[in-house]
Amino acid sequence: MANRAFQRPDMSGPQPVEVTRLAPISTARLAPLSQASGGEIPDRAFRSVITACGLAVLGVLVLIVYELMAGSRLSWHAFHLRFFVASDWDPVNELFGALPFIYGTLVSSLVALVIAVPLSIGVAVFTTEMCPKGLRAPLSFFVELLAAIPSVIYGLWAMFVLVPLLRSYVQPFLARTLGWSGLFEGPPYGIGMLAAGIILAIMIIPIISSITREVLMVVPQHQREGVLALGATRWEMIRLGVLRNARAGIVGGIILGLGRALGETMAVTMVIGNRPEISRSLFAPGYTMASVLANEFNEATGDLYRSALIQIGLALFLVTIIVNALAQLLVWTVTRGQPARGHV
Amino acid sequence: MSEPVVKQTAVQPVSFRRRFTDRAMTGAAVATVVIVLAPLVAIFGYLVYRGVGAIDWAFLTQTPKPVGEAGGGMANAIVGSLLILGIASLIGVPLGVGAGIYLAEYGRNRLGSVIRFTCDVLNGVPSIVVGIVAYAIVVLPQGHFSALAGGTALAIMMVPTISRTTEEMLLLVPQALREAAYGLGVPRWRTTLSIVLRTATSGVITGVMLAFARVAGETAPLLFTALGNTYWSLRYDQPIAALPLQIYTYANSPYDDWHRQAWAGSLVLIILIVGSVAAVRYVVRRGSFGTA
Repeated sequence: MANRAFQRPDMSGPQPVEVTRLAPISTARLAPLSQASGGEIPDRAFRSVITACGLAVLGVLVLIVYELMAGSRLSWHAFHLRFFVASDWDPVNELFGALPFIYGTLVSSLVALVIAVPLSIGVAVFTTEMCPKGLRAPLSFFVELLAAIPSVIYGLWAMFVLVPLLRSYVQPFLARTLGWSGLFEGPPYGIGMLAAGIILAIMIIPIISSITREVLMVVPQHQREGVLALGATRWEMIRLGVLRNARAGIVGGIILGLGRALGETMAVTMVIGNRPEISRSLFAPGYTMASVLANEFNEATGDLYRSALIQIGLALFLVTIIVNALAQLLVWTVTRGQPARGHV
Repeated sequence: MSEPVVKQTAVQPVSFRRRFTDRAMTGAAVATVVIVLAPLVAIFGYLVYRGVGAIDWAFLTQTPKPVGEAGGGMANAIVGSLLILGIASLIGVPLGVGAGIYLAEYGRNRLGSVIRFTCDVLNGVPSIVVGIVAYAIVVLPQGHFSALAGGTALAIMMVPTISRTTEEMLLLVPQALREAAYGLGVPRWRTTLSIVLRTATSGVITGVMLAFARVAGETAPLLFTALGNTYWSLRYDQPIAALPLQIYTYANSPYDDWHRQAWAGSLVLIILIVGSVAAVRYVVRRGSFGTA
């Protein structure tokens, strides 16, 4: 790169490639340096600015906690712990209980995990242990591309493609074959817990599979070789030599996926049906903590109403924080301090 | 030679059951890949199929028509999204990069670990909760919904991602470069900014773009901050339209024409996200600086 500030001196003789590549940095820094030689005070100022940025991250967390607690005080005083076990949601009479939302959040996330966990682990195992080397990078790229799709587009797709599909094919089939379990009965609306669970599963698969892949890759090669040397087949090698060693990390990835599923808002709101009812059947519409916030926060008229919604937000926040912290610790134990990244 | 000997001892036939399990599990793994990639293909395929036909000149240049009238477009939402993202980047990028520098250069201590952990935990905070917080700290004091509030919410979401990737990238810069700078008498702040950060520029920018792409499609935090707007607005202190919000509203409407526009909006949003990431990566890769 041409440097305007400092003319490069003519150099005779052959120059190593390394030097010419590094030259722009060193020469560029020479000129201004002579002016700012005393670094004591700027150094200290720089350090405090940078530390302030770091502290700001802590500040954001504190701010979130403070605002949620301050906002939900009214509702806390009115209902105390009963808020979390009462199931009536009646804004007109100012009676609020969060149980249907908690139930909906848990059940939809659970359905998502049941679908996503085996699929994600399968994909991760295939990419790290089975597929040809050349296929590995593109495959991870495509799976992680799923994480780049915005939630609202998942919702749109689910509304117009997934839900009709469920309504006319999948749900009647499930009702015929597994209807006896009580989980799949009632009219097949399409929208409902099942649709929410499926779309959540698609959304958390990239998270779980990418973390599982990372964890599998740090399993030392000699573990695999050792098991193979004992005469194991490839699957036995994967099961005994790889998966068993990576257990903690995989569980961490699953919990991280759970954390994402619990807090997911838009796609779920668009397909879950938004009715605060507790029903055993997965065909029935439900409501989650995140979607009641999305739907009702702007229209909440009374102070108590809004406060009750913020309390739901606080509960959601606390649950996801605990879930995430747990997941981070588990992943950290395996990968030693690398952040668990849920997206590309 | 030794080879025949090895072969002889290794001829211990693997039982049919074990071989069958091995094959079955391989098959199952392949099946999971197919099942996982199917929705990806279906979503992108449907997006292109419905979206391409719906994007026209009017969609890109007009504001929404009143309810019941066909036509109109999302021009104001596209511009609004860019404005909100601009505000978010103005707040979030310096803060995130600063925090990343702290973690990499000064964070080898207790406080550093705490901040690192906070970042990873903040990453998992539901976006809707961030929306509530932005509502409480910007909308309530200001008295009305605004682009600034939306930008603040998205900035809060960008910071943890940016700071963690910045930290990672700065740690990749060889210690020798820092020592060389110190040896020349360069003060520490100057070393950090002009040598360490500069060397890691491409990696840091990539991290910023990932954070950008992640928040560009966020809808939930904008619901009670930017609110949405059916008219042109370029003011930072007024409610403003945003592409994801508009998609959400149109998807939930009962009008076919609005559904069509929701698909078109989604396609534009995806192009915006993928395009911005690809463009920046291309530019960074072509630049001569940076090794990360």
